[in-house]
Amino acid sequence: MSVRRHTVLPGFGFAMGFTLLYLSLIVLIPLSAAVLKSATASWSQFWATVTSPRVVASYRVTFGASLAGALINMVFGMLVAWVLVRYSFPGRRLVDALVDLPFALPTAVAGLALTAVYAREGWIGRHLEPLGIQAAFSPLGIVIALTFIGLPFVVRTVQPVLQNIEAELEEAAASLGASRWQTWRRVIFPTVLPAILTGFALAFGRALGEYGSVIFIAGNMPMRTEITPLLIVTKLEQYDYAGATGIAVVMLVASFVLLLSINGLQWWSRRYQDA
Amino acid sequence: MARPTTARPGPAREPAVVRVALIGTALAFLVLFVCLPVVAVFAHALEKGLGAYLASFAEPDAWAAIRLTLLAAAIAVPINLLFGLAAAWAIAKFDFRGKSVLVTLIDLPFSVSPVVSGLIYVLLFGAQGWAGAWLAAHDIHVVFAVPGLVLATMFVTVPFVAREVIPLMQAQGAEEEEAALVLGARGWQTFWRITLRNAKWGVLYGVILCNARAMGEFGAVSVVSGHIRGKTNTLPLHVEILYNEYNFVAAFAAASLLAVLALATLLAKALVEWKSPELRHATRERAPFAEGRPVRS
Repeated sequence: MSVRRHTVLPGFGFAMGFTLLYLSLIVLIPLSAAVLKSATASWSQFWATVTSPRVVASYRVTFGASLAGALINMVFGMLVAWVLVRYSFPGRRLVDALVDLPFALPTAVAGLALTAVYAREGWIGRHLEPLGIQAAFSPLGIVIALTFIGLPFVVRTVQPVLQNIEAELEEAAASLGASRWQTWRRVIFPTVLPAILTGFALAFGRALGEYGSVIFIAGNMPMRTEITPLLIVTKLEQYDYAGATGIAVVMLVASFVLLLSINGLQWWSRRYQDA
Repeated sequence: MARPTTARPGPAREPAVVRVALIGTALAFLVLFVCLPVVAVFAHALEKGLGAYLASFAEPDAWAAIRLTLLAAAIAVPINLLFGLAAAWAIAKFDFRGKSVLVTLIDLPFSVSPVVSGLIYVLLFGAQGWAGAWLAAHDIHVVFAVPGLVLATMFVTVPFVAREVIPLMQAQGAEEEEAALVLGARGWQTFWRITLRNAKWGVLYGVILCNARAMGEFGAVSVVSGHIRGKTNTLPLHVEILYNEYNFVAAFAAASLLAVLALATLLAKALVEWKSPELRHATRERAPFAEGRPVRS
C-alpha cells in the first residue's frame, strides 16, 4: 500500500499492519479456506448437491420469503420513516428508538417471541386462525420473522434522505398547482427512491442469510418451510462437510452479488443526498 | 430525529385525516411486529409466577450459559474495539490506494450468513478441516469448544466499532492531531488526548452495538458449539435447547434476560445519541459506507 504523505501523523504502518493482520486471520483466511475446500470436491458432485430437489426447494423458500419480507418492509419502512420525520405525535422519540429493536434483540429471542405471538394459541395467531390463516409453522411465519429482522434497514436509510428534502421544493410544486399527492409522487418519491431500494436490498440480503429467528417459527418441514441456512446445519450434523460447503458457497456468491448491487445503489442515492 | 419538522407551511402538508391515518397505520405495524413480541417474552416468562421465573435461573446450566456468554463478549468486544480504532486511524487519517476495498472487506461479515460464519471455522479447525489433524495431535479443541465460540463471535462482530468510528473520524479530519504534533506532542499522547477524546461517543456507540451482537449471536455460535449442556452453550443457545425440551417458562425466562439486554442497548444508544448529536447524523445511515468518505451530517 502506498501512502501519499501529506500528513505528519505517525502510526500508519502500525495501525494498517494490525488492521490487515486481524482482518486476514479472522475473516479473509477462514472465508477463502471455505471456498478452497469446496474446490476440492468435483464439479459434478458440487452441482448434484446444490441442485438436489430439497436444496432447490429451500432456495425457493428462502428467496421467496426474503423477497416478501423486504417488500413489506419497503412499504411500511417508508411509511414509518415518513411519519417519524414529518409528523409530531406523543411518543415519537420512543417509537424512533423502538425501530432499532430488531437490531438489538438477539435473533433467537425474536424467533421465540414471534412464535409465541403468532402460534395458534398466541395473542395474534388466535385471531388469525378463525380466518383460516396459519401464521406460525408455515411459509407465512418465515415472512413474519424476516419482516421483523429487516424492519430497521428501510427506515434508517430513508430517514436521512427525507430529512434533507428542502421544504422549498415542495412549496414550489404546490405553488405551481400540484396537488399534495402529485407533489409526493413526482417530487418526493423520486428523491427517496434510491434510498428505499438500498434499504430494500439491505433487508433482502439480511433475510437471505437469517437463521436464528426463522427456525423457531418456520416448523422446518423439508420442501415446504426449510430455509437454506438450516440445510447447511442439517448437512453438518450428518457430517456431510462437502454438501454443507457447496450450499454455503452458493449463499456466499448470492450475498456478494447483492453486496455489489447495494454499493451501486449507495452510489446512486448519494448523488441525491449530496445535492 | 433531532427536531420535528412540523413547522412546514400549509401547502406542503397533508390534511389532518391523512396524517392521523398514516401515523395510525405506522404505529399499528410497529405494535404488531415489534412491541407485542417483546411483551410476550416477559408475559410467558412470568406465566407461572415470579417463583417459577426465578427458579429457572437456579439451574447450574443456566449459570454456565450466562458465564459463557459474558466470557465470549469479554474477549470479542475489546479485541474488536482495538481493531476498530486501528482501522479507523489508518482509514480516516491517511490516504492510500485501495481504501474503499479495505472498507468493504471490513463490512464483509455483515454480508455473510451467520451459519456460514460458523461453518468456515468448522472447515478450518474441525476434525475434517485443514488444521484438524494437527489440532487433534496436539489435543487442542477449537470447534465444539470455547475457542470456537469466541472465534465465531469475533467474526460476526468485526465491523461494529470500525463502522461507527471511521465516518466520525473522517468528518473530524486530522488538523487537530497535526497541530498537536507540530507543538511537540508524542504520537500516543496525540491519540489519547485528541483523537480518542473527540471520537469517544462514537467509540462507545460502537462498543454498545458490538456487545449486543456478541451476547446475542445465535447462528454462528450454534454451528461451532456442538451444544454440550453446561459447557458450550451460550445463553441464546440455551434458550433454544429449553424450548425444544418444552420447558417454556425457563426458555422465556432466559430469553427475557436477553430482551432486557436489548432494551438496555437501545437505552444506552439513545443516551449516547442525546449526548452527541453529531453522531446521530454520522451514524444514521446503516448502509455500508462503501466509498470510504465522510458521511454528511
